[in-house]
Amino acid sequence: MTETRFSSPFDIGTPEGAEGWEEMYSYSLRFSEARKPYEDNMFWFRDSIHLPDVMPPWDMTVVQWAFGSLSAYNSRHYLVPPANGIDLRILNGYMYCTPVPVATPEEIGARVPHFMERAGFYYGNWNELYDKWMDKARDLIARLEALEFEVLPDMVPLEVVTSGIGKSNMHDLINGYHQLLDLGLWQYHFEFLNLGYAAYLDYFMFCKTVFPNIPDLSIAKMVAGINVDLFRPDQELRRLARLGVELGLSEALATGDVDTAIAAVGAHPNGAEWLAEYEAAQYPWFNYSNGSGFYHTDAVWADRLDIPWAFMRGYIGKLKLGEEIDTPTDAIIAERDRIAGEYSDLLDGDDRANFEAKLGLSRTVFHYVENHNFYVEHWGHSVMWRKMRELSNVFIKEGFWNEPDDIFMLRKDEVGEAISDMTFGWATGASAAGPGYWPEIVAKRRSIMAALQAWDAPPALGEPPEVVTEPFTIMLWGITSDSIQKWLGGMSDTGGLSGFAASPGVAEGIARVLTSAEQVGEIQDGEILVAKLTAPSWAPVFRRIAGTVTDSGGMMSHAAIVCREYGLPAVTGTAFATKAIKTGMRVRVDGNNGTVEILDGP
Amino acid sequence: MHTVTFAEYIDEHHPVVGGKCASLGAMTRVGLPVPPGFAVTTHAFYASLGRSTGVHAALAHALTGLDVQDLALLADAGTTARRIVLDNGPAIDVEAAIRAAYADLCASTGIEDVPVAVRSSATAEDQPDASFAGQQDTYLWIRGADDVVNHVVRCWASLYTDRAISYRAESGYSNLDVAMAVAVQQMVLPKAAGVAFTIDPTNGDRSKIVIDSAFGLGETVVSGSVTPDNFVVDKVIFEIVKRTVSAKECELILVRDKVVEVALDAERSTTPSVTDDEVKAVARLARQAERHFGRPQDTEWAIDNDENIFLLQSRPETVWSNKPRQSVTQGVVSPMDGILKTMLTPTRVKPAQ
Repeated sequence: MTETRFSSPFDIGTPEGAEGWEEMYSYSLRFSEARKPYEDNMFWFRDSIHLPDVMPPWDMTVVQWAFGSLSAYNSRHYLVPPANGIDLRILNGYMYCTPVPVATPEEIGARVPHFMERAGFYYGNWNELYDKWMDKARDLIARLEALEFEVLPDMVPLEVVTSGIGKSNMHDLINGYHQLLDLGLWQYHFEFLNLGYAAYLDYFMFCKTVFPNIPDLSIAKMVAGINVDLFRPDQELRRLARLGVELGLSEALATGDVDTAIAAVGAHPNGAEWLAEYEAAQYPWFNYSNGSGFYHTDAVWADRLDIPWAFMRGYIGKLKLGEEIDTPTDAIIAERDRIAGEYSDLLDGDDRANFEAKLGLSRTVFHYVENHNFYVEHWGHSVMWRKMRELSNVFIKEGFWNEPDDIFMLRKDEVGEAISDMTFGWATGASAAGPGYWPEIVAKRRSIMAALQAWDAPPALGEPPEVVTEPFTIMLWGITSDSIQKWLGGMSDTGGLSGFAASPGVAEGIARVLTSAEQVGEIQDGEILVAKLTAPSWAPVFRRIAGTVTDSGGMMSHAAIVCREYGLPAVTGTAFATKAIKTGMRVRVDGNNGTVEILDGP
Repeated sequence: MHTVTFAEYIDEHHPVVGGKCASLGAMTRVGLPVPPGFAVTTHAFYASLGRSTGVHAALAHALTGLDVQDLALLADAGTTARRIVLDNGPAIDVEAAIRAAYADLCASTGIEDVPVAVRSSATAEDQPDASFAGQQDTYLWIRGADDVVNHVVRCWASLYTDRAISYRAESGYSNLDVAMAVAVQQMVLPKAAGVAFTIDPTNGDRSKIVIDSAFGLGETVVSGSVTPDNFVVDKVIFEIVKRTVSAKECELILVRDKVVEVALDAERSTTPSVTDDEVKAVARLARQAERHFGRPQDTEWAIDNDENIFLLQSRPETVWSNKPRQSVTQGVVSPMDGILKTMLTPTRVKPAQ
């Protein structure tokens, strides 16, 4: 008997040891009796592409900005006729979301002229506006980068007095935190993305109509971006590896840990030249997250130099064996144009004209669809996490808690309150309440998070709708009748898994199941990588592994884009791979058909 | 010129070798992997049965003024005509030419009494405007010069089956001016074989190659005696977009020099007759043939036990290619209008119950 709906969020209890989890998140993000008629009527699915794990309290701040911004561009900027925003809730620490449709045909009709005018303006002036976007994004990140959170001094510096500034560190901390909460970056993120997806969806649907059953991969390949900044960090590592070999530094670069190696390079006559290039490459390109960028725990290259160094050393090893490490850009462009040319040749008349126009627009918008990810989730977020830790260090100095990452156990508003408490204590000369208040809460929340992480969150809640009209839901999250069916049905009896045929090819090998991005270094050559999701920054290991399987993601998810870029067989959106497959099992990944087979156990 | 090998074929030969041999010759010339063979030309037919020969009057007597609606009369006339052809046999110089061509084929393949398929290559057959396939006979696994000659004549006789006579009469072809060429082609013994269309015959989609496949000789697929495995391949990136493995009832294999039909056990019946890589290799060959001939093709192919893949036939697809193409879009639409329309078209996500 096949189920037709998922559990109601109101029928799901709290896992043992997680009692009180609700306090970790804003009241507005919980399922509640007051909104039950609406909430119980919606279909909620997990965004496990970006948010596979339990949400730390502060990290939810960014998630709400992101979904708020996405939603506002749909509903208030462009008035996408049938689609409002994406609503979200937290259940047992996991984020669920749902597309909010526009209620009546009359309302949809009334939005059409506005959509045509507003979206039309963006499509019509895309490149010019995109240039502006680059300036805005870089400027905003520079402003975040300039924020300073200084340890509270015994007395304000003399120049504050002599220059008549008239403000103290108390103001600077409160104000600095407010500036860090500038949600501009996420507003910018969706300035182009919704329209990019809409244009791509139109082109995608057209391809499916004129060429029934055309592989999704063909459609994606025809628009694949070239020279996208998202892949620049990996390019930089390859460049540094090559330069190191050319300058005769391979041995020095392989010496000990990163600091030892840098010292060894410095001692080499050619070392200065390499070190100058290394310094230049780090900013901004090492602001690259090992995960989706949505978790403070995602390692960033700049903070964990051992990660890029391990990748770079891998490249040096390959170069010494005479292997090719560069992506054959010319060949990729030639292949992209061949594919597009052949499909176009199979059409004639109006069909061909429309195909060419839609493909052209998709190529225009697609660069942004791929590229923004580096600026917002990687660079922008890396800076944000770093600044939060600087702020946390001020608290640590004042005895509020012990570890830099403890600050993320507080909600956004609680951090504001804690700053008020801390600076008030500093100002009065009496003691702040925080040191006696927060350590217990931080410890309790860490324990709740551990209990929640062990809970098996269902992929969706409530009853699936008949139809969806929201472009992200279809293209990014891959919500289709197939994926819903799969979630409802669970795994097949044979132990096989199915998902999206995200990148072609077939590979067999020993599985390496990663439960966190931290484990990337454990991967051995020739293994099959199995993970909840993959991040663009894992690209260097993509050259060593045989194939990839992920729990989540549609055809346009970051994992799918990156796997295609690296020509790696991949099946995404299997929902259960990290549960069904154990490290050491032999598996077969069929990226042509989107299936994964477990051949034998460890 | 009573025979023309596929390798020496040029376009000028087309009228005398028939559509099938012309296609095999053209395929051979562009380097497609076609098993070697030769055409017995219409010159050979005319020299043996044409108006200048004594036998023609007898054929005319049997077939002139025949009422094809009268099935009893039709059956009699057909039997008579076929008997005349079989009794008469080939002209002496024609028989010598066939024997010489067959001897050359044995020599070039290095196989004594090389097994061949003998098939009609009628001039009215295999033309883009008349899907006349299957109207004449095919003889498989013929060995030795005597049998080859014998079966060429049997092909000629098959011009006068009851069905062929009435078809010709009803579609305005003369039953007396018709001539047939015959294809004599080395037989590969396939582990699997089938057909490949370079257009989706179900919807006319030109971006697909649709392959039907079964174990053993491909005649089971062509004749429909087996429900074949079915594969749909994208012809631009050669991905298999759809696969249906059927329960295949039987296969045609060779037992003691005879082609026989054997039933398949349950396990083999539902095993795919070809691997994914083989499907793609067949699709690439079919695509190559389509590119060469400049229009969608209907091909027959076979894979032997050494993984050699052969094309046995390639002819123009006739159903969709002769229809005016349906425009999906009906007029050039601005990208904004297209996007709006797409946005207003809901995507069904509820699983079918």
